[in-house]
Amino acid sequence: MKWFTALRRRPIAGYAVVVIALALVGVAYSTLSSGGDPAEAAAAKDASQQDIAKGKEIFDQTCATCHGLNGEGTKTGPSLIGVGAAAVDFQVSTGRMPAMNPGAQMPRKKPVIQGEQVNQLAAYVASLGGGPAVPSSDQSDPKSGNVQLGSQLFMANCAQCHNFAGSGGALTEGKYAPSLKESSPTQIYEAMLTGPQSMPVFNDSTLKPEQKRAIIAYVTQTRSEVNPGGNGLGRIGPVSEGLVGWLAGIGLLVLAAMWITARQREQ
Amino acid sequence: MTDDNEKNTGGAEPNGTGNGSGNGHGGRRPRRVIGTPAPAESHRLLSQEREHEEEPDIERAGIHPRPEKSARRAEKIVALFFTLAFLAGIAFIVAYWVLGVHSPEKTRISNIGLGATLTIALLAIACGAVVWVRRIMPEYEVVQERHPLNSTPEEKKAFAKYFYSNADDSGFTKRPLLRRTMMLAMAPLGLLPIVLLRDTGPMPKNKLRHTVWKTGTRLVIDGTNAPIKASEFDSPGGIITVIPEGYEDNLDELAKATVLLIKMRPEELELPADKQNWTVDGIIAYSKICTHVGCPAALYEQQTHHILCPCHQSTFDARKAAKVIFGPAGHPLPMLPITTDAEGYLVAQSDFHEPVGPSFWERGSVKS
Repeated sequence: MKWFTALRRRPIAGYAVVVIALALVGVAYSTLSSGGDPAEAAAAKDASQQDIAKGKEIFDQTCATCHGLNGEGTKTGPSLIGVGAAAVDFQVSTGRMPAMNPGAQMPRKKPVIQGEQVNQLAAYVASLGGGPAVPSSDQSDPKSGNVQLGSQLFMANCAQCHNFAGSGGALTEGKYAPSLKESSPTQIYEAMLTGPQSMPVFNDSTLKPEQKRAIIAYVTQTRSEVNPGGNGLGRIGPVSEGLVGWLAGIGLLVLAAMWITARQREQ
Repeated sequence: MTDDNEKNTGGAEPNGTGNGSGNGHGGRRPRRVIGTPAPAESHRLLSQEREHEEEPDIERAGIHPRPEKSARRAEKIVALFFTLAFLAGIAFIVAYWVLGVHSPEKTRISNIGLGATLTIALLAIACGAVVWVRRIMPEYEVVQERHPLNSTPEEKKAFAKYFYSNADDSGFTKRPLLRRTMMLAMAPLGLLPIVLLRDTGPMPKNKLRHTVWKTGTRLVIDGTNAPIKASEFDSPGGIITVIPEGYEDNLDELAKATVLLIKMRPEELELPADKQNWTVDGIIAYSKICTHVGCPAALYEQQTHHILCPCHQSTFDARKAAKVIFGPAGHPLPMLPITTDAEGYLVAQSDFHEPVGPSFWERGSVKS
């Protein structure tokens, strides 16, 4: 270990340890915080009896443990009677359901049930007691939305939790409002309509379909906007900028001051 | 100690007693003080100084020259930094002409280009300078002297004598009329700034206690200005931000009057007796202004019925008349009593019954 001790005593060792530690923290953070792939929401289709039967099969295999054999709910999962096809499509297409651990916060992950199966499952749950249907692709089309109105409505009703640029934010007791960066227009519509997990509900009579479309247009347009002056730092507002200022900016200044004034070794 | 050395160090002797006297103080203070100005008695000429600098082999006391080998290596590093700074400086000029600044998109790119090249240029000059100082310039031992700052008793005594004799001569002590009218003349001048404080703004009077909500004012949705029917706002877990009709664009008034409307199942509400009839079928209206420092508190979690304020994590329980359950807020969010009008639209029963927003000293005193 002599070589290591010699290395450790070199004046550069202190800086190297700081740089390596910072890099490790960065790598660990980016690995832990990476999200799942965006899922394409399936379009709504007429539910035939066949679909409902197939949906029940899927339901019995993957959902009944928590939600009960007839969707009546158990201690670990809420009742699904009346939640509607929109809620099923949202939860399943974003990978939140089937859940790994029951709880108040369901993280977005890679969807397990995909494609036609989502529609069949949604058809079955809708047959249990109605509820909002999956919105048509026209209803959630961001191209025909009024971005200005959307921005007003988003600021008044969504930005408090999801942040002004849809980056998400913290709630109480470890819960959080997710980022909207990966949400498809249909999923945004469904989330407003059904109020998944902690999110409040915005039904179609309070926020009309064209107003929901305006909000979707705002969210998608904000996503594609360029960040003037380089990296947007996650667009979580002054918090990230302050953090970078403190850690990177002041950290570098401290290192520079240490370098300039460090006492030199005896020659 | 050689003659040369003696001559060289003596000049900086702080008491200025001149060459050769250093030995007398030898035990008490260092012989050479660098970094303090040489006393005026020194008759050293610059040309004399130069002669000695040309003899690097003679080690002067307190000065440690760098070994030539490492200095030569450092010289190359410094030269590299300075060349880099030169190239970055040229790159700045090139970037200015090439990238252009005449459209937002171009400005964005040119900002990065100009900023980066200027950063590299200045940083490289600074790095070169630091390496130069640390690895090429000799190392100096510096002794900084500190003298007591207070005056000697003799000086103090002399000053007091001088002061009092002048005071007597001026008549200040002898002529009380003069002294008193002078102080009288100055007294109002001291008060003037306090009088001017009044101009920092009008008194709020009872503005803090009232908002524009009145009996029968319709609740309209912020953004669309559409009135809202109780029968349409019927999904439990729903929220919407509402404002008083007629004040949709009056931001001054909305700063106090904005309301968060929440719909829950009527059986979930646990309101005190006097507020039981302030809701319509589980629809309940709270001021959106946090009672701590006035941030918009609107992070409503429909499962726990918590309203969270993002600024300082004050948490209110929407089921229990916005009771504070966590955080620094001192009061529940004020509740707006609501009802429905003949057409079924939600309207205010009256204004808030308490001041909205952050607490203030007189908040609990006489209502007006």
